[in-house]
Amino acid sequence: MTRRAAVPITIRELGKSYGDVRALDNVSLDVKSGEFLTLLGPSGSGKTTLLMVLAGFIRPDHGSLKFGDTEVIRLAPHKRDLGMVFQNYALFPHMDVAANIAFPLKLRGIGAADIARRVTSALEMVKLGGYGTRRVEQLSGGQRQRVALARAIVFEPSIVLMDEPLSALDKQLRELMQIELRQLHVKLGTTTIYVTHDQREALTMSDRIAVIAGGRVQQLDTPRAIYEHPVNRFVAEFIGESSFVKVTREGDAVRCGGQLLRVGAATAPSGPALLMVRPERLRIVDGNRRGAEADGEENLLEARVTEVIYQGDTFLVQAVLGDGSRISARGIAGAGSMARLPSAGDPVQFCLRVEDTVLVADDGG
Amino acid sequence: MSWLDAPASETQVTHRGRLWLYALAGMVMLFLVVPTVIVVPMSFSASQYLEFPPREWSLRWYANYFNSSSWMQATATSFKAALLTTLVATPLGTMAAYGLFTSRFRAMRLMSMVLMTPIIVPVVLIAIAVFYVYAKVGLVNSLTGIVLAHSMLAIPLVIMVVTAALKSYDMNQEMVARSLGASRPRAFFLVTLPQIRFAVITGALLSFLTSFDEVIMALFVSGGANSTLTRTMFNALRDQIDPTIAAISTIMVLVTSVLLALAQVFGRPHKN
Amino acid sequence: MVAEVAPIAVGAGAHAEALRGDALRERLALLGLSAPAFVLVAVTMVAPVAWLFWLSFLADNGSFSLEHYRRMIEQPSYYRIFLTTFHVSLLTTGICIVLGYPLAYVLSQLPQRVANLCLIAELLPFWTSLLVRTYAWLALLQRKGLINNWGIELGLWDEPLALVHTLTGTLIGMVHIMLPFLVLPVLGAMRAIDRDYLKAAANLGASPVRAFWMVFFPLSMPGLLAGSLIVFILCLGFYVTPAVLGGGKVIMVSNQIANDIELFFNWGAASSLGVVLLVLTLLFLYAASRFAGVDQVVGGGHGK
Repeated sequence: MTRRAAVPITIRELGKSYGDVRALDNVSLDVKSGEFLTLLGPSGSGKTTLLMVLAGFIRPDHGSLKFGDTEVIRLAPHKRDLGMVFQNYALFPHMDVAANIAFPLKLRGIGAADIARRVTSALEMVKLGGYGTRRVEQLSGGQRQRVALARAIVFEPSIVLMDEPLSALDKQLRELMQIELRQLHVKLGTTTIYVTHDQREALTMSDRIAVIAGGRVQQLDTPRAIYEHPVNRFVAEFIGESSFVKVTREGDAVRCGGQLLRVGAATAPSGPALLMVRPERLRIVDGNRRGAEADGEENLLEARVTEVIYQGDTFLVQAVLGDGSRISARGIAGAGSMARLPSAGDPVQFCLRVEDTVLVADDGG
Repeated sequence: MSWLDAPASETQVTHRGRLWLYALAGMVMLFLVVPTVIVVPMSFSASQYLEFPPREWSLRWYANYFNSSSWMQATATSFKAALLTTLVATPLGTMAAYGLFTSRFRAMRLMSMVLMTPIIVPVVLIAIAVFYVYAKVGLVNSLTGIVLAHSMLAIPLVIMVVTAALKSYDMNQEMVARSLGASRPRAFFLVTLPQIRFAVITGALLSFLTSFDEVIMALFVSGGANSTLTRTMFNALRDQIDPTIAAISTIMVLVTSVLLALAQVFGRPHKN
Repeated sequence: MVAEVAPIAVGAGAHAEALRGDALRERLALLGLSAPAFVLVAVTMVAPVAWLFWLSFLADNGSFSLEHYRRMIEQPSYYRIFLTTFHVSLLTTGICIVLGYPLAYVLSQLPQRVANLCLIAELLPFWTSLLVRTYAWLALLQRKGLINNWGIELGLWDEPLALVHTLTGTLIGMVHIMLPFLVLPVLGAMRAIDRDYLKAAANLGASPVRAFWMVFFPLSMPGLLAGSLIVFILCLGFYVTPAVLGGGKVIMVSNQIANDIELFFNWGAASSLGVVLLVLTLLFLYAASRFAGVDQVVGGGHGK
C-alpha cells in the first residue's frame, strides 16, 4: 500500500435545514492534507450530518466543498473516491471477507491478479492476514470492523471518513482499536475525518478536534489547546471534567470567593466570565506550606472540605469556597497521598498554577 | 396417560381438561384440509359420479382432459397469461416498492395508496369496469388484456412483499456500496437485490398464482380462443358436474405445490 | 481558539440553486421507478372504475340522473339482495369466529415446531385455488355427493339433503374459504401475548377459566377484530362461491352486478350497485383501520 498524495478539504458556508431545524449553520473549516481531524459533539449536534455532506449522501442547501482544488459539492457519492467506515460496519453478508474487500476494486475494473494482491495486502495491514475465505457471520465485532476498514482503504482513497466506528465495541477492544487506527493513519497518511461523541477517543486519536454543537463549529484546535483553553462553557464541559466558579474582574486579576487570583490564559474572554477549574490541576497544599504567601507561579484558594471519595486509581476531594462555590480536586491515590488526605469538614488550601487559571465565557452553557 | 394430567399452560389447566378444545380444533383442521385434498383421490375414480373412496381406479378423466383440445387450449392460455403476468408484475412491483421505500417525497404516499387500491376494491367491480373499457378499446378476449388486468391485481402483492423485505434490510449497505464507488443502480443490483431475492421470488410466485387462479376477471375479460382455464372450469361447473374437473383440480393443486416448494428452495434467505 | 478561516469569495447562497436542481432531479428519478406500476394501475383500474362511477350517474339518454340509485332504493329485489349479502357475510363471520378462535388458540399454545406444521396444513387450503375448493364442496354437498352418500349409508337420513343451491351450502363453502383469513391475524395477536400476564393472573388467584376471559381474551381482541373485519369485508364482495354453491338461489351483490351485465347488459344498474358496494367496503375498511393498522387489514385480504 503506497502513500498516495493526500488532499486538503475546504468547507465553506455549508448550510442544511430540516424544516425549522438548522442542522448545519454556515459551517466553514479547513482540513489540512493528511491530518486526522475529529468532529466531536453530542447527538444531534450536526457532526454526522456534516460527515454525510462530505460523503455526498446528504445534499446541503448551500455551500462549497473542495477536495484539493476540485469542487465536489454536486458530485455523486460514488464518484467522490472516499473510503467510508460506518458504525455498524455494513459488511455485505452475501459475500465472504475477500469478496467484500475486493468489491471497490471490481467496480473500478481492476484485474483479478491485482485484486488478489491488494486484498491480501489490505488484510495484512489490518492484521487479519489469511481471513479472506471466512464468512461475515463467523467474525467477531472487532474483526468485522477491521474488514470494513480494509474495504475502505484497499482502493487507496485520498480521504477516509469514519462515523463512530468503534462505538459498538467493548471498552478494552475500543481502546486497542483507537491506537491501531491511529497507527494505520500514520502509515497511510490519508486525510481522515472521524466522528465521535467520546471525548477521550477524540483526545487520543486526533491531530485536531472540531467541537460541534447546534450545527456550528464551537472550537477547532489541537487536543491540548482545546482541553487547556476551551473557548466557552460548552466546550469546557464537554471535554474533561471541570468545576465552574463565578468570578468578578479586578483589572487583570479576578476575585473569587473573596480571594484574588492572577489569570494566566493568553487570551482571556471579555464580558462575563467563569473560572474553569480542572480537578487534576488543583493541588492540595500540604501542612508545611499552609498559610504561606502565594509565590509568583501559583494561586492559592481557601476552602472547606465537604467530601472525600476514593475511586481506585484516583481520589476526589470536594470542597466549598467562602462564597459557597463548589470545586473538586483529583489526585493519584498512593499510599503516601492517601495518608495525608483531609477529612470532611476540615479547612483546606488548594494551589492552582497561574497557567491553569483559565477563564471561559459565561454564555450560559 | 400421565401426559394428560400435565399442565398445558401457565394457568395450570391440564391437557385432560382441554381435550374438548383439542377435539374441536382437530375437527376444524379436518374441515379445512379434507375438502382441499379430496379432489385428488376423486379424480382417479372410474365412475361417472363422484365417489370416495373410488370403487374403481381409472385415469379416464385425465385422458379426457389431455385429449380435449378446448381444455388444453384453456390450460395453455392460463399458463401463458400467468407467466406473462409474472414477468410484468414482478419487475414493475419491485421497482415501485424500492422507489416508494427510498423516496422522501410527500407525494409518494399518495402514489402508494393508489398502487394498493386493487386489493381494496371488490374484484367484481374492477372486472366489469375493465370489461367496459376493454370493449371500447377492443381488448376483450385478448391475451394482452388479461395480462394487463392480472398484472394490475398482482402488483400490490409484489409491492407488499418486497416492501416488508426492504424494511428488515439494512439500507446502510447500499450507502456503503455507493461510497465504495457503485452508482445507485449498480449498488441495488450487486448488494440489495441478492439480499431481498426471497421476497422478489415470493412476489413472482404470488403473481403467477394470482393470475393462474383468478376467476372473476377472467370471466369478463377472457373468452373465445383466449379463455383461461378458470373461466372454462367455472362455466363447466354451472352446467354439469364433470369429473374431468376433479382431474384438472388435482393438476392445479400439484402446480401450486410445486411452485411453493421451488420458492422455498431457491428463495431461501441467507442465514445471517 | 476558533479557527480563523480565510474567507473565500463565496456567498452564503453558493451553489444553492444548482443543489436544489440536483435534489429535484433525484426525486424525479425515484418517482420514475414507481411510474410504470403506477401508470399500469391507474390506467387499468383507477380510470375504468372512475368511469363506472360516472356511468352510475348517467340516465339511459345520457343526461345526469340519479334514477339508478332511486330504482335501487325503490325495488324490493335490491333490498333483498343487500339483506342476503349482509346476512351471509355476518353469518360467515360469526361461524368463522366460533370455529377459528379455538383453532387459533390451540395453535398458539402448541410448541413452535408442531404449531408450524399445523400452520402449513392450515395454509394449504389458503394457497389452493379458490375454484378447486369451491368445486370440492360442490362435489361433497350435491345430491349424489359424498356427504349425502355417506349420510344415507350410515342411516343418518333417508332422502338426500339439498345442500347445494342453498344458503347452507353457500355458508359452508364461504366459511371454508374465509377461515384462514381469520385465523392468521388472531394467531398473530395471540402469539404476541406475553405469557407472564397469565402467570400473574394465576398467581393473583384467577382460575384458568377466569384468567382466560379476563386476561387472555381481551388481549387477543385486536387480532380478532382485525380478522373479523377482513372476513366481513371480503364476504361483502364475494362472487365465486355464492355463484357456484348458491346456484342462483343465493344472490349477493356481486352476483347481481355480474348478472346485470351478463344477462341484461344493464350498465346503469350494475354500476350503481358497484358504487354502493365500494362505498360500503371503504366504510368498513375505515372502521377496521381504527382498530388495527391499515397494513394489517390490507395485508390480510386479497380481493377474490
